[in-house]
Amino acid sequence: MLAYLIRRLAYGVGVVFGVLFFLFVLFFTVTSPDDVARKALGERVPPAVVEQWKINHGYDRQLFPGPGAWQENMLFEHYRRMLTFDFGRSDADDTPIADRIRSGMMPSLTLTLPLFVLSLLAAIPLALLVAFFRETYIDRLGVVISVLAMSVSILLYIIGAQYLVGRLLHWFPISGFDSDPQLIVRFLALPLLVGVLAGVGGDVRFYRTVFLEESNTDYVRTARAKGCGEGRIMVRHVFRNSLIPLLTRVILAIPFLFMGSLLLESFFGIPGLGAITVDAIQGNDFSVLRTMVYIGSLLFVFGQIITDFSYGLVDPRVRLE
Amino acid sequence: MTALLEVEGLTTEFPGARGALPIVDGNDLRVDRGEVLALVGESGCGKSMTALSLMRLVPKPGRIVAGRVRLEGRDLLELPVTEMRRVRGRRIAMIFQEPMTSLNPVVPVGDQIIEAIRLHESTSRREARERCRELFVEVGIPAPEERLDAYPHQLSGGLKQRVMIAMALSTRPDLLIADEPTTALDVTIQAQIIRLLRDIQRDRGMSILLITHDLGIVNELSDRVAVMYAGRIVETGSRKQIFREPVHPYTRGLLRSNPTLAQPGERLPEIAGVVPSPEEWGKGCRFATRCADHFDLCDQEVPELREIAGDRRAACHAIDGGPAGGGRS
Amino acid sequence: MESYIVSNWVVGLLLAGGAGLAWLVRRSRMWSQAFRDIWRRRRLALGLVALYVVVALLDSVAWVGGVHPGEDAVAKHQARSVIDRFFADSQERSYSAPLAETEFYGGSALRKPGSHLLGTDLIGRDVLYLSLKGARVALLIGGLTSLLAIPLALLFGVPAGYFGGRLDDVVFFVMSTLASMPGLLLLIALIMVLGKSTLAICFALAITGWVGFCRVSRGETLKLRELEYVSAARALGVSEARILVRHIVPNLMHLVIITFVLMFSGLVLSEAILSWLGIGVDGSWGQMIDQARNELSRDPVVWWNVSAAGVALFGLILAVNFVGDALRDALDPRTAREAE
Repeated sequence: MLAYLIRRLAYGVGVVFGVLFFLFVLFFTVTSPDDVARKALGERVPPAVVEQWKINHGYDRQLFPGPGAWQENMLFEHYRRMLTFDFGRSDADDTPIADRIRSGMMPSLTLTLPLFVLSLLAAIPLALLVAFFRETYIDRLGVVISVLAMSVSILLYIIGAQYLVGRLLHWFPISGFDSDPQLIVRFLALPLLVGVLAGVGGDVRFYRTVFLEESNTDYVRTARAKGCGEGRIMVRHVFRNSLIPLLTRVILAIPFLFMGSLLLESFFGIPGLGAITVDAIQGNDFSVLRTMVYIGSLLFVFGQIITDFSYGLVDPRVRLE
Repeated sequence: MTALLEVEGLTTEFPGARGALPIVDGNDLRVDRGEVLALVGESGCGKSMTALSLMRLVPKPGRIVAGRVRLEGRDLLELPVTEMRRVRGRRIAMIFQEPMTSLNPVVPVGDQIIEAIRLHESTSRREARERCRELFVEVGIPAPEERLDAYPHQLSGGLKQRVMIAMALSTRPDLLIADEPTTALDVTIQAQIIRLLRDIQRDRGMSILLITHDLGIVNELSDRVAVMYAGRIVETGSRKQIFREPVHPYTRGLLRSNPTLAQPGERLPEIAGVVPSPEEWGKGCRFATRCADHFDLCDQEVPELREIAGDRRAACHAIDGGPAGGGRS
Repeated sequence: MESYIVSNWVVGLLLAGGAGLAWLVRRSRMWSQAFRDIWRRRRLALGLVALYVVVALLDSVAWVGGVHPGEDAVAKHQARSVIDRFFADSQERSYSAPLAETEFYGGSALRKPGSHLLGTDLIGRDVLYLSLKGARVALLIGGLTSLLAIPLALLFGVPAGYFGGRLDDVVFFVMSTLASMPGLLLLIALIMVLGKSTLAICFALAITGWVGFCRVSRGETLKLRELEYVSAARALGVSEARILVRHIVPNLMHLVIITFVLMFSGLVLSEAILSWLGIGVDGSWGQMIDQARNELSRDPVVWWNVSAAGVALFGLILAVNFVGDALRDALDPRTAREAE
């Protein structure tokens, strides 16, 4: 188990290095620092200004390691900065990126953590219910509704909900954010509703497939043959064995808890990491975008390692190997 | 002997491309108290589906469309679902062909048996566990105390089947349905499991419905035999009758082509042709396409399972009368 | 070459390819059975997909030439598709409601009153026309992306699964690396770096979607490699390349196609999100929704624009999702096990 742990961690580190290399290729060679500078400063600035901007933002070194310059190059700098979480300043407005991330984390979490929990609470019981009634019209109806729900673009959910609830019914504010806990509930209600609605169709369908696969196994037949009721079978036998595919999907959603939801945040005016990313796209802010991709991958790799270990908790075949 | 289980006209259908297919087609069966009835046939002939129908565990989209399954006179097919649940495990227990996959992989085997006990009896966990340990001793599982907490993947195939048997016995059922209990096991293990089933049956006086394609096992274990072909039972009788003087052409072919029963040095005859798939079933006798003795009537009319002597039945036009009205046996 | 000529050639090739495919489907028992299955269960969805395809094809066949006498010189030399020609005369000045006689704001008379089935948008374009044109964009996104992603995925996934060893390690590492970057962010980063052309967007979608295809083809090849008929071919001295092309690739095509259909709706929905972020493909439904999103806060409300684009998008995604499900049930024995 310990050897496996070390191997798994080493592979994770390898993947993070791979991601950093990919980002380097993308953001330093495909678009050169000169392109970035010109995007930030405008096309018609004199070369001297561009050079000065590159020096200020730390883009003034040669790209790849050369003779006598194995530290004095962008590739090494890129790895050093990212790995030490020294993200530097925004290309667009010079604010430290680390500050932004720090300020965006909490709003993101206040949106995505309840969203995560609510989605699970909605999708898993629904999927269990639909799978319980397999091959009946309830099941078929459930699947059709799920497919209908997942075929609607999230943009339409957002626009529709803002129009219906915010404008026609005046139940909740259309957008905004406040750290006052009493106000926060009112601000979050609409994005949460939209987030759950937009995700629940796909989730129910996925979980249903997982549950159905487990319900067709031989040990479920054994359980029936010994007189187990269907409800008990669903919970005790099917659900427990479905935990592995469930965990995979659930834990891999964790990066998005921190990253926030790009669309929900910017539509509903929640100043989280997602909204920061959208601002970066609109402002051609490459350094912020680069950092967000890196953080996202870091969380993803971390989540994957956690997933692999949590298999051990639910599956004795893994635990006892 | 008194009948424990009486089955009449049991029919189970599955939807096919052109209408429903009766995979189990109007079959009668009887299992007496304390006897072992072997249901024999090739794979795909519907014997497993017959067993699952008795338990009302036919997988969807199949369904039982006709017949009666009387357990001590009570028709199981009429019982409400909750009542039927009390019959499963408690009155009729079942073991399956694949011990590898028939146990829940994430629950210790002991807990799975304890669950079976506590589903039907209000005993404490500790008592149930103690009983489970005794059962492990009875079915010959070495180091029973440790094995209680083992997970299925830690046990060999033979041990897993012993666990399945222990689970089936845990609620002291009247009837054990054993569906190909040894097919997935090594030959040496097979012999052990057969011996175990025989001993348990003798000690407990339990009835067994043994489903198998292996005539060697039938010979070792059964009191009576029912032979099934393409969804229908074609011949029943005591083990001696079936093995010594089979009357149905299919039974005769089956016995002749069995290597374990053949004379050394003899070339094994085989039954010509292949088993027709359910889509190919005609309106006549389903064995007609492969039968050396078949005549016109065989293609037109289904032979009924008729009594020929005492407790002995067969479904063949040749026995009923033959082409020229002259009987043959 | 002019782009409309390329487009015409592509339509020709597609029609020929479609005919060839239909012939292959008829010949293969598995595929014709699957097709009959889908037709039986999801006739409506299949018909709806066909409708979108027809509209997209009609919008892809274009030629140069005037539409009506009063045209200026520039318009005369523009290549216009069948759909363009049909709606050539539909330009208005501003918003008008569906089938309205007058403009929505101000109430001045329309050029062609009562002819705009779904109304017109801010700059007076017919909304039905825009919605129909969106079909081509959506299918282009899905088609071009898979055209880039599938061959690439087969090129890496199949040898990786078949030969294993170092090659597999490398391919697997690249897959894990790409998969560990959050999809939407990676997509955005790629588009910002590569530019906002249709090709660049499809390329970005292909890089993010590649992993799925590659994983499927690698995994299936791993399984196929162990099968008897592959061992038999190897024992007979058939070359590795021939085994890959003749025995492995044809046997994983059904999984690739299932993956394609299931991924297609994801691609089109992603494009809608990209459009909203300002980096989508011109003329897509996503852009229509994006442009229309402030219209719901107007008073009185302008609802037809966003509704038309939304329904058009929803219809395609829904139909494709249903067809994809049916296809998977018909071709993938693992999930079809339920019916056993």
